[in-house]
Amino acid sequence: MKDRFNLYRFASPATFYPLAGAMIPYFAAVSVVFGLAGLWLGMLVAPTDFQQGEGYRIIFIHVPASWMSMFIYLVMAFWAAIGLAFNTRLSGMMAQALAPTGALMAFLSLWTGALWGKPMWGTWWVWDARLTSELILLFLYIGYMALTAAIDDARRADKAGGLLLLVGVVNIPIIYFSVKWWNTLHQGSSVNLAKSSMATTMLWGMLLMAMCFWMYSIAVAFMRVRTIMLERERHTDWVKALLAGGEK
Amino acid sequence: MIHWNSFSEFLAMGGYGVYVWGSFGVTALIMAVEPIMVARNQRTTIARLKRQMRAESRADNRTTE
Repeated sequence: MKDRFNLYRFASPATFYPLAGAMIPYFAAVSVVFGLAGLWLGMLVAPTDFQQGEGYRIIFIHVPASWMSMFIYLVMAFWAAIGLAFNTRLSGMMAQALAPTGALMAFLSLWTGALWGKPMWGTWWVWDARLTSELILLFLYIGYMALTAAIDDARRADKAGGLLLLVGVVNIPIIYFSVKWWNTLHQGSSVNLAKSSMATTMLWGMLLMAMCFWMYSIAVAFMRVRTIMLERERHTDWVKALLAGGEK
Repeated sequence: MIHWNSFSEFLAMGGYGVYVWGSFGVTALIMAVEPIMVARNQRTTIARLKRQMRAESRADNRTTE
């Protein structure tokens, strides 16, 4: 039992802290490479859109930011479920580390959406299903951060925040399917498995940018989770040894 | 292979320059500032925890003397 490779070992902050630290530069580097390739394709090579002219190029950040805003929330809800079910220490820290990045992605989705909506629809904002549910997602992120920050005991904060995350997860399919379920100003999805409505260079530019945003989110969340680990585990031997050993 | 004929054409974005660059500018700003702030928070947290640890060990020494 002792010698067997044990996945649970990585769930211990003492093991995960150095592992995350070692992986951050790689995720950051890969994010930059994907970002440069995506910007090259999207901003320099991809053709003009026949309906939206050059204004459509906002898609190269709008869609990745929107995807990440939903995906990060799902990952947080996953950690919340694990934390509530198994009472693991790492899960609450992961959820907390992801929240600010998820909130920023939701904000970027709304911001770039407004800047795209103005020239195409003639308005920065409409209260339709897609936009409103994405705004609610931003509020869920902010609510989660405010709630966990307001509770002093970290484990209780994790439990309360986790419940909020699990209740709020119903919003994700609402965002995703809103363009199908309701009449909305927002266009339907640009990518679909059967046939994509986009030119190949546009599609690749967008997918590369999505990978860039994904790797960026992992890198920043790993950076943030390390700070949370030190803070929460400051009375443990591994943190004391780390600080005494000259961790910068 | 490159879609644009000149740099000014690239900047103008077919008349959508304000919207396109307003989107990319704010995104770039956020994705530059967020990691910097997280890294700074990590450094100040480590410095604070080290101070606390030293203060605690001094207090421990005093009680044992």
